[in-house]
Amino acid sequence: MMEAVIAIAIGVLFGSGIWLILRPRTFQVIIGLVLMSYAVNLFIFVMGRLWTNAPPITLEANVDPGLIADPLPQALVLTAIVIGFATTALFLVIMIGARGLTGTDHIDGEETDS
Amino acid sequence: MTSIAWSQHLIILPILLPLLIGAVLAPINEARHGLKFGINLLSTATTLALACLLLGLVDNEYWQDGIGVYLAANWAAPFGIALMLDRLAALMLLLTAIIALVALIFSMKRWARIGVHFHSLFQFLLAGLNGAFLTNDLFNLFVFFEVMLAASYGLALHGYNVRRIRAGMQYVIINLIASFLFLIGVALIYASTGTLNLADLGARIPDLEADKLIFLQIGATVLALVFLTKSAMWPLGFWLPGIYSAASPPVAAMLVLMTKVGVYAVLRVWTTAFSPEAGAAAGFGLDALLIGGLMTIVFGTVGMLASEDGPRMAAFGAIISSGTLLTVIGFGDAALLEVGLYYLLGSTLATAAFMLLSELVDRIKTPGSTLLAVTMEAFAIEDKPEEPVGVGIPGSLAFLGLSFAGCALVITSMPPLSGFIAKFGMFHAMLDLTPASGTVSALVWTTMALLLLSGLAGIVALMRFGVRSFWVPDDIVAPRLNVSEAMPVLTLLTLCVALTILAAPTLDYLNRTVLSLSNPTGQSTRVLGEQPIIRPAMEANR
Repeated sequence: MMEAVIAIAIGVLFGSGIWLILRPRTFQVIIGLVLMSYAVNLFIFVMGRLWTNAPPITLEANVDPGLIADPLPQALVLTAIVIGFATTALFLVIMIGARGLTGTDHIDGEETDS
Repeated sequence: MTSIAWSQHLIILPILLPLLIGAVLAPINEARHGLKFGINLLSTATTLALACLLLGLVDNEYWQDGIGVYLAANWAAPFGIALMLDRLAALMLLLTAIIALVALIFSMKRWARIGVHFHSLFQFLLAGLNGAFLTNDLFNLFVFFEVMLAASYGLALHGYNVRRIRAGMQYVIINLIASFLFLIGVALIYASTGTLNLADLGARIPDLEADKLIFLQIGATVLALVFLTKSAMWPLGFWLPGIYSAASPPVAAMLVLMTKVGVYAVLRVWTTAFSPEAGAAAGFGLDALLIGGLMTIVFGTVGMLASEDGPRMAAFGAIISSGTLLTVIGFGDAALLEVGLYYLLGSTLATAAFMLLSELVDRIKTPGSTLLAVTMEAFAIEDKPEEPVGVGIPGSLAFLGLSFAGCALVITSMPPLSGFIAKFGMFHAMLDLTPASGTVSALVWTTMALLLLSGLAGIVALMRFGVRSFWVPDDIVAPRLNVSEAMPVLTLLTLCVALTILAAPTLDYLNRTVLSLSNPTGQSTRVLGEQPIIRPAMEANR
């Protein structure tokens, strides 16, 4: 049950993200990128299987590894969040620069004549 | 083992040095560009020396089997991050350092000064590139890709004008999406095999159950999409010509190198994970690479014929070069790969030289720099960089013409330079692929025909460019060329010539490289077998 909910959530987030990055306005694109990064982060997290009430790290020796949550995806997701955040911030700067230089928020830097 | 040999730390230095220098350069005021340039030059030159040293050490079997392993933070291999330096990595480090050094020298008089933080970003880019070549861990590869890309976003926009920001925006979006795909691929590979260390991955794949293997293959495919976007395989390479022709020339030369990172990553993952020793997964996806490579050559060829300005032509040249390399990898043959790597060296050097050169050639048409004025206004830089004066070189037109001819010879694979040897060797190796019965497969014929056609199209396009630039009868003004701008182009071309003359030793080295690449079991034993240092205190705790 929990798996299905998470899978649908990731799918909806990713799908919305894909729709948004195909839009012509930079703001829509950046929101799309953010949604996609949420979906990806959740995805990495889920790839370590879903656990409840299991610690990722324990100090006791000789514990049954089946009782411990996989710590690696948690570490990966932390790194991915930080990097995704930084690159999105960078893109925001470029977006503002583009708005200032080209005078439009169209992704191509010019309005199409439609 | 209780202590570590100092030489072991040499492996991580090509990453640490640029990273530190980049950080040191950031707070220094832009007005002191002489100082900044000096530090940057020193660091890049040191990286070059390091790369030479590492190449020598690796090739002389200083480390067992010619593979140096560095365990970061002293964690044994599948648990910590391992850096692996083999002959291929050493070669790529050297190529990177050479192109970085000449691009930097080229930027001295003008390009480094049209914006801020050029030198810091340049060093970070170098750190990211070197890291991507050295790492043996997939997630770490992602991190170094991001370091490299973040620096390249800044550099591609360096000198901020409307054209650059339009191209740059698309470049950034494409790469951000590619990064997300990278993460998905990495997560899938981790979920199916339980490891991200490449050596460990290679060792685990032969015993993988069928249902997990499918997950792994999906993961590897998603990962390949990212690498192939970087190496501009058709249809993923449409972003490339825009940003390459918009970026400033020294940056564009570095970007040429970045397509090769994609090719390198594909080669690294595929030779480790899907080698003939990988059981059921052996040779997975090679056909797709082959077909994709051929389509890329077609795309590049058509693009080359259609483009009119130098940088754009060089960009399509880089695409053709990527396509050729992917085709070579797709064949999955050791002898062919050997010549393919030789082709990589020559074509990268020549394309980078052409990127630099085309800006100099442009000066024939537009004396003075209209572009520079616009960007300086946008950036409100008051300290105007002087027009390239200083020591000019005589006979600038003759120099430009001859260098252009040299670049064109390598890019189009005409004799007598290295491109010809590479293509000849490729044909030879491809014909050797055929079974003893003597019928050459249609695929080989198609590949050979496409390679020849791409060369022909290159000649047509480059000749047209040359005629329009150099043989226009009216108002041709011999541009003033500075030594610091002529030297880099000359150096790269000299290296191409040297590559031709020293073809035999180079190919010998590449032979050893490919031999080590086609022994993934040996590589994994080497990486996984590297022992961490156990200090006496730790021993006592046990």
